[in-house]
This record gives sequence, C-alpha cells and structure tokens, in this order.
Amino acid sequence: MSVLVGASSRVVVQGLTGREGSFHARQCMEYGTKVVAGVTPGRGGQKHEGVPVFNTVAEAVSKTGCDVSLVFVPPPAAADAVLEAADAGVRLVVCITEGIPAADMVRVRPFVASKGARLIGPNCPGIITPGQCKVGIMPGYIHKPGSVGVVSRSGTLTYEAVAQLTRRGIGQSTCIGIGGDPIIGTTFQDALALFHADAETRAIVLIGEIGGGMEEEAAAYAKATVKKPIVAFIAGQTAPPGRRMGHAGAIIAGGKGTAADKMAALAAAGATVLKTPAEIGETVERLLGATGGGR
Amino acid sequence: MKIHEYQAKLLLRGHGIDVPKGDVAFSPREAAAQAASLGGRVVLKAQVHAGGRGKGGGIKVAADAVEAAALAEKMIGMTLVTPQTGAVGKKVRRLLVEETLEIARELYLGITLDRGRGCPVVMACAEGGMDIEEVAAKDPGAILVEPIDPLLGLRPFQARKIAYFLGLEGDQVARGVALVSALGRMYEAIDASLVEINPLVVTKSGLLVALDAKMTFDDNALYRHPRIRELRDPDEEEPLEVEASAHSLNYIKLEGSVGCMVNGAGLAMATMDIIHHVGGAPANFLDVGGGASAEQVAAAFRILVADPNVKAVLINIFGGILRVDVLARGLIEAVHTVGVKVPIVVRLEGTNVEEGKRLIAEAKLNVTVGDGMLDAAKKVVALAQAGGR
Repeated sequence: MSVLVGASSRVVVQGLTGREGSFHARQCMEYGTKVVAGVTPGRGGQKHEGVPVFNTVAEAVSKTGCDVSLVFVPPPAAADAVLEAADAGVRLVVCITEGIPAADMVRVRPFVASKGARLIGPNCPGIITPGQCKVGIMPGYIHKPGSVGVVSRSGTLTYEAVAQLTRRGIGQSTCIGIGGDPIIGTTFQDALALFHADAETRAIVLIGEIGGGMEEEAAAYAKATVKKPIVAFIAGQTAPPGRRMGHAGAIIAGGKGTAADKMAALAAAGATVLKTPAEIGETVERLLGATGGGR
Repeated sequence: MKIHEYQAKLLLRGHGIDVPKGDVAFSPREAAAQAASLGGRVVLKAQVHAGGRGKGGGIKVAADAVEAAALAEKMIGMTLVTPQTGAVGKKVRRLLVEETLEIARELYLGITLDRGRGCPVVMACAEGGMDIEEVAAKDPGAILVEPIDPLLGLRPFQARKIAYFLGLEGDQVARGVALVSALGRMYEAIDASLVEINPLVVTKSGLLVALDAKMTFDDNALYRHPRIRELRDPDEEEPLEVEASAHSLNYIKLEGSVGCMVNGAGLAMATMDIIHHVGGAPANFLDVGGGASAEQVAAAFRILVADPNVKAVLINIFGGILRVDVLARGLIEAVHTVGVKVPIVVRLEGTNVEEGKRLIAEAKLNVTVGDGMLDAAKKVVALAQAGGR
C-alpha cells in the first residue's frame, strides 16, 4: 500500500524546538503521524508540543524506538544532523533544510549508505503515505489514499499534481519529494525501484526539472525494468541555459541537463511525457482506466 | 556566484599556483603604469563574467605603455559581445594587464562537481584553449575524468596519473603533480562548484602557468567564506536581480512580456513553460518561496512591474505553507501601494483559497481570476498581447 513510511513509522524531529520544526511537527501529528521524539542539543528532558525532547538522536532511538527522522536543522548544522541520525541507526532520514553546501552532501551520502540508511532530500517537501503518515511540510489535506506513486524534485508542483489526482478521485500510494539540490540522497531511479516493487502502486507520476542527468538515468532503468505506466513532466522547458532556476540543482550547464533531453529519454522508455503540468490528472485517469481502474 | 579572471588568479596564486605577473586596471592611466612596470609588452584582457572574450575584441596585446593606454581607452567602457553574453553584450569596466609568455604547449585542467557520481571530478585534456564541452562531445577519449573520493580527497597517485596524461616530461611532472594537488585542495577549501584553468600553459622554460582562470562558487556555502563573498561584482548582474536577492527572492529576468509571480521553483518553471505553450513569452522567473511574507510579496510585485517589457502579470500560487489568504492580503496591499497599471491574472489554489479569493473580490482590483493553470495562462497571454499592441 505504500513505500518507506506507513502507519507504524515512529518519527523523531531534529530541530523540533525551532519555529519551523514546531509548526510542522504539529501539522504532522494532526495528520496522524506518530511523532515520538524531538532532538535539540541542550533541551534534553523537556517536552515540546507534547513530545519528549532528547539531546542526541542516539538517546531518542534507545528511549522511543524511532526509525524515521525529519530534519529541520538550519543549513550550517544540517549535514551533521543527517550524519547523527544515520549513525544512531535511524533507517530513513528526511531532510527538509534548503541551502546545505554541496560539499557537505558529497560527504554525507556515502556515510549514510555505509550505515544502511536512506536519505530523502535535502531541500525537499518530504514524504507522505496518504491517510497513514506525513513526514514533511506538504499540505496533508490535498492527498488521498490510493494507488498512484508520485516522485518529484519540486514542492508546489507536486502539490499541483496531487491536487489534480485527488480532484478526480484518484488516490496516491506514497508521494516522495526527492529535493531540488544537485546532490540528494534518493534519486528518481531509487524511487522508481521502490514503486516498481510495491504491489499496490499501479501507476507512477514523475516530475523532473532541468539540471543533472537523473531523469535520463531513471528512464534507462524504467525501460529495462518498470512495467507500470509512468506519466512524466519536466519543468524548465523554456529556462535559459546557465541560470540557476530557484533550485540549486536546476541549471543547464554546458548544454547538459536540458528538458528536451530528459523528455526524449523518458518518452523512449515508454513514459507518457506531458508538455504542461495541467494535464497530469486527466492523463493518469486515462492510463488507469486503460489498465482496468485503480482507484 | 561567479568572479572575475583577475580575482580567480589571485586565489590561485594564494594556493601556490603560478599565474602571469599582472594586475587589474580601472583606467588607461593604471593600465599604462602596469605595462611600464611589467617591462612594456603586455596583454589587456576585458574583465566580464563571460567567456569567448577574444572573439569579441576583449583581449588585445600592447607593445608598450603608450599603446596599452590607447587600447585601454577603447576597451574600458566598450560593450563586449561574445557568444556567451547574448546580443546585449556586457559593459567592460575593468581590465587585467598581464605580462606575455613564451608558450610551448596549452593544456586544460578543471575541477567540477559531478552530480551523477556525487563527488567532484578532475578533468584534464592535453589540448587546451578550446571549449572543453566541444572536445567532450567530439572526442570524449581526449579527456581524463578522475573522481575525487569525498572521504579521501585527491590522492597523489591521481595527480601523477593526470600529470602523465597531460604529457608532462622531466621536471614538469613534479610541477604538474604539485599544481593538480594544490588545485584539489583549493577546490575544497573555497567551496567551489567549478575551477577551470584553460589554458594551463607550459612555457618554453618548462614552467606551468595558469593563463586563464574561471571559478564559480556554491552559493549555499558562501556563508562560511566572507572574503569570497566580497568578490561579488553587482555590475555584472541584472539590477532587478540584485534587488530581488536583497529580499531573498529568486528572480531571473527574461525577454518576454508576461510577468510571473509563483511560489516554488518547479511551479515557477512550469508556469514559464505553460505561458510559452499557449503562445506567450515570460518576462521573468520569480519564485517567492514557500513562506513569503506580505512584505516579500509586495517587493516581488514592485520588481515585477519595474520591468518595462511587462504587459500583463500572472500570479500562480499553490498555497501550502504559504496560505492563500496571506498572499491575497500582500497582493492587495502591493497593488494599492505600487499602483499597478498592467492587467493581472491570478490563479490561486490550496490552503485557505476561498478566503483568499473572497478578499481579492472584495478589494475590487483590476484582476482576472484563472480557473487552473492552463486557463490562467491563456488569459494572461491574451491580455499581454492586447496590451503590447
């Protein structure tokens, strides 16, 4: 019914006592997420938003059995927070923080992998399994439980796609915001592999953007492996080369990372590639109808 | 963030990498003085944030101080058009005045972040002075790509491999190894996203000198490099973009007539795309971010309509963290204070959307409401085309 997070996920919020951390931890709990711990060094032993606060992630893990971390730590300390979570045995680390130096993430990624953990983000809206567990900053009410897996480098563009699906009565298995930075923990290919293996996911929406070669890599994987219908949109078809379009990773550099290349690769892999995001909902509806429903 | 060639060369010199003797000049008088102190024959290089300067007349050789002054007189203040500046070109305000060298060979050496590998890579090519992307496309085998292990750093064996690949001989090998190692340390120390020496020259006396240098820095890391932050040259940036960054807004000026204000980078790019799709052209990219305040919305609006090309404005908001009613209040205030003359189309969705729509209706602004992205794009493009006539 879902990938990575579900009703049994136990979440620790790193940076719980900060403004962002407090606000979004409360929103997650209101959605039904089991937020069982917070970590703020120096605030151990206190309670915040009704949640016990610990000085270290290791202590939070041993006292509460948390297995998913949601990171709201500011950029200069965020990479260290991710390392701490992975080191403490948290299996899934979701890093919302925007503005982490790329060099920090270059070192974080192999360490997280060496601990057998998975990182989502950074610079992402997080992950949600509708009706069960929201680990992120997305508006929960636009989602609906169902069978479409959504994976995206963008925040609000994902909300746009999800809202279109929900309005048509089409629910989502899990929605993963993988983040807009050049170096991120979970790639499109990783997400496709998860959705491919998930029996309840019947179709996949992939929302990419200019920059890097992750969409092309995912297309090659999809062509070889994924049999579920994929609907894809790539943002930045009209973006000028050499300019960073808001996201640190959204840049066409040296003629590489264009939307045209990504759209061609995905189309060649059998995905239905859209020119505008306005057609995502209707296209998924049509494809699901063709394969025998799936609401 | 980008910096000028002369600034990049100062950084290289600080890390023990040889560069030609020379200095920046802001006037013909300074250029002449530097030529005199360098012994007469010098090269004058226009300092703008764009490549291909030689083709546009941005690099000249002077035989002596008098000619240096005469050339500088023409070059300072000129608008340099190169394949990378676009037709508008860039105004030249500074020159680099340098000694000329006796060159035996030209090589290429660069380090950049390889997103696919998730680590920086050294790129080396025994033929320098040309566009490395063209070489990569035509003859990928001519380029050695050496990944830098994130935990180990660039190792001496890799520096040796690169030095031999570049065809260095005799004493040059040790110099090459030292230079490659220094460049690797430097890349890490300054949080660069690109350092490029093209060409790296072998002089007739066998020395390795960085004849040209280009550097780009990771904006996310600038907070820990105050001295590099000071190298920013606002003259090289679009004035509206400078103002936008002061308000923590992501704004990029484009050529079209439809001003856009959107929350979220992906949605903002998609909004540009859909405007094109229905036959219009966006005047800008503008991402107000996830948690914009009423002040930021007002500033965004001011910047948007300050562009004289803007004939109509599209506001496309999917309220998540940014509540639609908060945006609506900021928008109403902005329209009242800024006094917008062009038609506005809004497309609102998400948290508290009904309240937001009610506020805008009550404010009786000259605003058209779009039903979905496609409808809003069609409406704004029609208005922009009507206004442009």
